[in-house]
Amino acid sequence: MVGGLFIIITSQNYLKKVIGLAIFQTAVFVFFVSLAKVLDGTAPILTKMANVYSNPLPHVLILTAIVVGVATSALGLALVLQIYRNYETIEEKEIQSLELKSDK
Amino acid sequence: MFNIFLDDAAALVVVLPLLISAIIAFMPSKIWPWIISLVTLVLHLVLSLHLLKEISISGLIVYEFGNWEPPWGISFKIDGVNIGLQLLFSIFVLISTFYSRKIFLSEIDSGDSGKAYSLWLLAIGSLNGIILTNDIFNLFVFLEISALASISLIALGAGQNRKALLAAFNYLIIGAIGATFYVIGVGFAYAMTGTLNMNDLVIQLAQYSDGQLAIFAGMSFMLIGLMVKAAIFPVHIWLPPAYSYAPSAVSTLLAALATKTILYFFVRLLYEVFIIYPSYLSLFLDFVLYPLSLLAIFIGTLIAIYQDDIKKLLAFSSIAQIGYITLAFSLKDHSGITSGFIHIFNHALIKGGLFMAVGYFAILQKDRVTLTSLKGFGYKYPITSFALLICGLSLIGLPLTNGFISKLYLFQALYTNQMYFSIALVAVSSALAVAYFWKIVEQMWFSEIKLKTEKEDAYIYLPIWIITFSIIVFGIYSSPIIEFSNLSADYLISGYQN
Repeated sequence: MVGGLFIIITSQNYLKKVIGLAIFQTAVFVFFVSLAKVLDGTAPILTKMANVYSNPLPHVLILTAIVVGVATSALGLALVLQIYRNYETIEEKEIQSLELKSDK
Repeated sequence: MFNIFLDDAAALVVVLPLLISAIIAFMPSKIWPWIISLVTLVLHLVLSLHLLKEISISGLIVYEFGNWEPPWGISFKIDGVNIGLQLLFSIFVLISTFYSRKIFLSEIDSGDSGKAYSLWLLAIGSLNGIILTNDIFNLFVFLEISALASISLIALGAGQNRKALLAAFNYLIIGAIGATFYVIGVGFAYAMTGTLNMNDLVIQLAQYSDGQLAIFAGMSFMLIGLMVKAAIFPVHIWLPPAYSYAPSAVSTLLAALATKTILYFFVRLLYEVFIIYPSYLSLFLDFVLYPLSLLAIFIGTLIAIYQDDIKKLLAFSSIAQIGYITLAFSLKDHSGITSGFIHIFNHALIKGGLFMAVGYFAILQKDRVTLTSLKGFGYKYPITSFALLICGLSLIGLPLTNGFISKLYLFQALYTNQMYFSIALVAVSSALAVAYFWKIVEQMWFSEIKLKTEKEDAYIYLPIWIITFSIIVFGIYSSPIIEFSNLSADYLISGYQN
């Protein structure tokens, strides 16, 4: 989680930022799924073999969150592509210097 | 037939825009997506009015999706807290959609009209979901739908200025971090209580009345995540570029409503759920939200003075105005919450009107509106300029405008809480607001160039004047807004006492 956040903050490359974001989000998803574990619980399928089940709800929630995460990454990548087409670079520093020039 | 439709009004106000958005996405026509959106939003307004009628009878509507009872199913809750906001939302989106057609046509490829309105309705539906939802995870989903839709809308501004792409990308990254923080908080809350329903959450949290570290960590994560989304001062950096490089119609919608709905949920979470930990809440309000609000007010206004680009200036003034709202909410009493809600209503109208007027100037001169480019506009386009003047005066808080009512109630609330330092600071920053607004007025009316009057488009200045007119009306006859805000505060405070 912290690793993903670190990548987002430190990297100069927009593509790497999107990757960092994906790592950050995935880490949170794993955290969420880990909450579902019930000690000695099995998969929540009704059988005669088990009485203790893990909680299925976090998995369902995370299924939704994964979809959201995919959409976020897709939009991020689409934006990176558009930035590349417009600026011919996706390095933050180079874009900033380009913008400074165009402002003058 | 129509009754079946009305029975599900609470769900339909969210579902209808979302459904229609999917239908119009690939329409090649220029005008039909707009007409369909407009019809949808008229229906939306009818449904909201129906909800208002229901609320005035029963006082509370809980809509259970698929008849799954809370706390198991997702539910929408409409009560005194959000009905006023729902009504304002419904009316404002209708007006801004009416306004948006020619603005969109001149700023984006006409072939994209269907897609633009599809995203537009998507943003409207999901923002409305934020107002109504009673489920903390469902909120995250709506938060992300609205963020993704508005990011795409902002990126449409790239046809005008390629910086829109950078603004959209920054919003995406920062917004996604905020939303993920919120999810971490939800995870902690769920681990401790096993529920996601807000009413049930209060009941379940009560068993940890002595306080648990995990709960406080979760609460903090949720609050920080929402603060990022609501652009509260130190985490506001995505907002000014996003609002200023978005297409003008989009800036109008986002500036007026996007942060407001999230602020509403923020305050609801504070006073409906977290209130059961009074010591934590007052710690957060007194030592985090209160100082940050003061900083937001002061720094937002100061930066706004030095902006040359008008849309950027308005965006920074939004930061300051959000500061006023959070300052009011940090007061922890009835008067504070009331004045916060009053300012949510009034600022939505004021900022909406200002962005509409500036957006119209931008398409008239086919360039970004800067201070120098406004020279003589007071004579060239008198109708829109006069509307801009009134909205601006209201932003400063002159009597006879609704901005004055906001300031009056804020001062009263601060006075009853004996926060004289904040009163002084708010007064000073109001005076500073005169400074940045006077710069605009000076360029528009008092520069030496006198331009000939040109014809203005009635389809565009009509919605602007509806907003401006409502600003004056609510400045003189302010009781509707005050009553709705009082109602909201009543409900939030009564939840606190139970």
